[in-house]
Amino acid sequence: MEARIGMRNIKSNIFKGIIVFFAFLITVPLVIILLYIIKQGAGQVNWKFLTGTPAPVGEAGGGIANALVGSFVMVMTASVVAIPVGMAAGVYLSENPRTKLAYYSSLCVDILQGVPSIVVGIVVYFWLVKPLGTFSALSGSIALAIMMLPIVIRSTEQTLKLLPDSLKEAALSLGVPYHRVILKVTIPCGFAGILSGITLSIARVIGETAPLLFTAFGSPFVSAALGKPMESLPHLIFTYATSPYDDWHNLAWGASFILLMFVLTLNIITKVITRKWKIQL
Amino acid sequence: MFCIRNPKFVENKRLKLSNSQLKWEILFKRILIAMSILLVLIILGVLATLIIESMPSIKALGFGYLWGKVWDPVQNIYGAYPFLIGTLLTSFIALIISVPFSYAIAIYLGEYNPKGWLSDLLKNTVELIAAVPSIIYGFWGLFVLVPMVRELEMKFHVLPYGIGILTASLILAIMIIPYGASLGISLIRMVPSPLKEGAYALGATRFEVIRSVIMPYTRSGLFAGVLLSLGRALGETMAVTMLIGNTSTIPSSIFAPGNTMASVIANEFTEADHTEYLSALIELGLVLFFVTVVINLIGKRIITRFTNN
Repeated sequence: MEARIGMRNIKSNIFKGIIVFFAFLITVPLVIILLYIIKQGAGQVNWKFLTGTPAPVGEAGGGIANALVGSFVMVMTASVVAIPVGMAAGVYLSENPRTKLAYYSSLCVDILQGVPSIVVGIVVYFWLVKPLGTFSALSGSIALAIMMLPIVIRSTEQTLKLLPDSLKEAALSLGVPYHRVILKVTIPCGFAGILSGITLSIARVIGETAPLLFTAFGSPFVSAALGKPMESLPHLIFTYATSPYDDWHNLAWGASFILLMFVLTLNIITKVITRKWKIQL
Repeated sequence: MFCIRNPKFVENKRLKLSNSQLKWEILFKRILIAMSILLVLIILGVLATLIIESMPSIKALGFGYLWGKVWDPVQNIYGAYPFLIGTLLTSFIALIISVPFSYAIAIYLGEYNPKGWLSDLLKNTVELIAAVPSIIYGFWGLFVLVPMVRELEMKFHVLPYGIGILTASLILAIMIIPYGASLGISLIRMVPSPLKEGAYALGATRFEVIRSVIMPYTRSGLFAGVLLSLGRALGETMAVTMLIGNTSTIPSSIFAPGNTMASVIANEFTEADHTEYLSALIELGLVLFFVTVVINLIGKRIITRFTNN
């Protein structure tokens, strides 16, 4: 008997050892990747890199201002489209969870969450690029907005569902009209949760390349015109990383470093918000 | 007096105010409904666009399209079989590699060490892996992983491409670990403690509790997590495009270069110069859309059933 319990304990400990080993092994590739990007990219970043446009083949130097401006413009435009739409749909889903429309749109959010980003790219190509006759930043923004929607909707819905009903009932019993209750009571109370959803969605789409391949396309010029092709950070990394020139690789490493920093910062902001207001996403 | 002489005036003023409020209220509700309808329209629009635009290829090629073994746009021959195989191979290899990791993370953070700085650290690591853009994984893979795989291939005496199915699967495996893991953590934490305590009271060791209480209880949920990561892996584009080698032949081994459905679209969509070529690519997108949607919905359904129980 003694011996058997000893064996079982040993087995249990071995199992724990295996679990701990596998669980922590995952930090290795992440640390390697982060360190490698920082090593290769941090040295590239200087004032000229941030403000210049890419140099022609064979010339060292050059910058990524076109991609920085482009990413900023497109993500902003996407947010302007996706945040109001997403919040409205999220409010609807949390307010009327049992209607038929809520069932179908909730189903559609689930579907949208799983749609491969490249498919979004194809579809937006036929919605906007082909009718307008040109690749444009607008179509890229719309593609990104579609990618943002599910996260914004789900975070709005889930935060608002957690709020106590008495809050809304109190406001309604004072005779406050429904839309003012939502806008002035419910949404401000759940603001932190919604905000963390928004930052999370921005962090996700800022690194999206696939939907931009056939929509924003890319351009070597600094421009803020929504009707014209526009470069973005991930797209610039893709074109330069797959090119055969060392100078361009260096540009791409620098751009990767900047993109990584953006994504990390946005994730840390999300973390801080959720921790401060104790939200669970 | 004023009221008696002119009662309508007072009434009207109040009415007017509440009327305008009422209008706003109705408008607000309509906007909410419209936005929810918009979502449904987006999905229907995506589906309609994909079907309409792939019509020429569906008509011309029929169902044989999926089993055609040759993809040669120059000769106008389109068969999706090589990409089907490429997609399935990369996804399943990635899944096999990633499942032990995501299960281990789920068990460790769900059962062994749910609180404290060490578990926070690991949890943040997992979230960070999900946050890094796929283009960065691809870029890193191209410059670090490819030479490593090439060394490996030299040792095995196969053609040292470096890029290929295996390289893409390795990166894909890292990328999909968080999806199974984060779901698994919350599911394992939902196991009722009376169940576990009962097992401990009977003298079970920790391993036995995990094996015969936690695992059976969470099996369906963990399977759903695997499904969701599979959905991710199937649709992942950029990292795979950069690492898989982009050849339209059926991969002869896991070291050989190939192509997935997503990577073909990414590579050839802007080059497709005639209708049939383009619509053949879109049909790939349609297939991809259907497969990922079905997998995701099944996964979500399992999770809802699990959490409702």
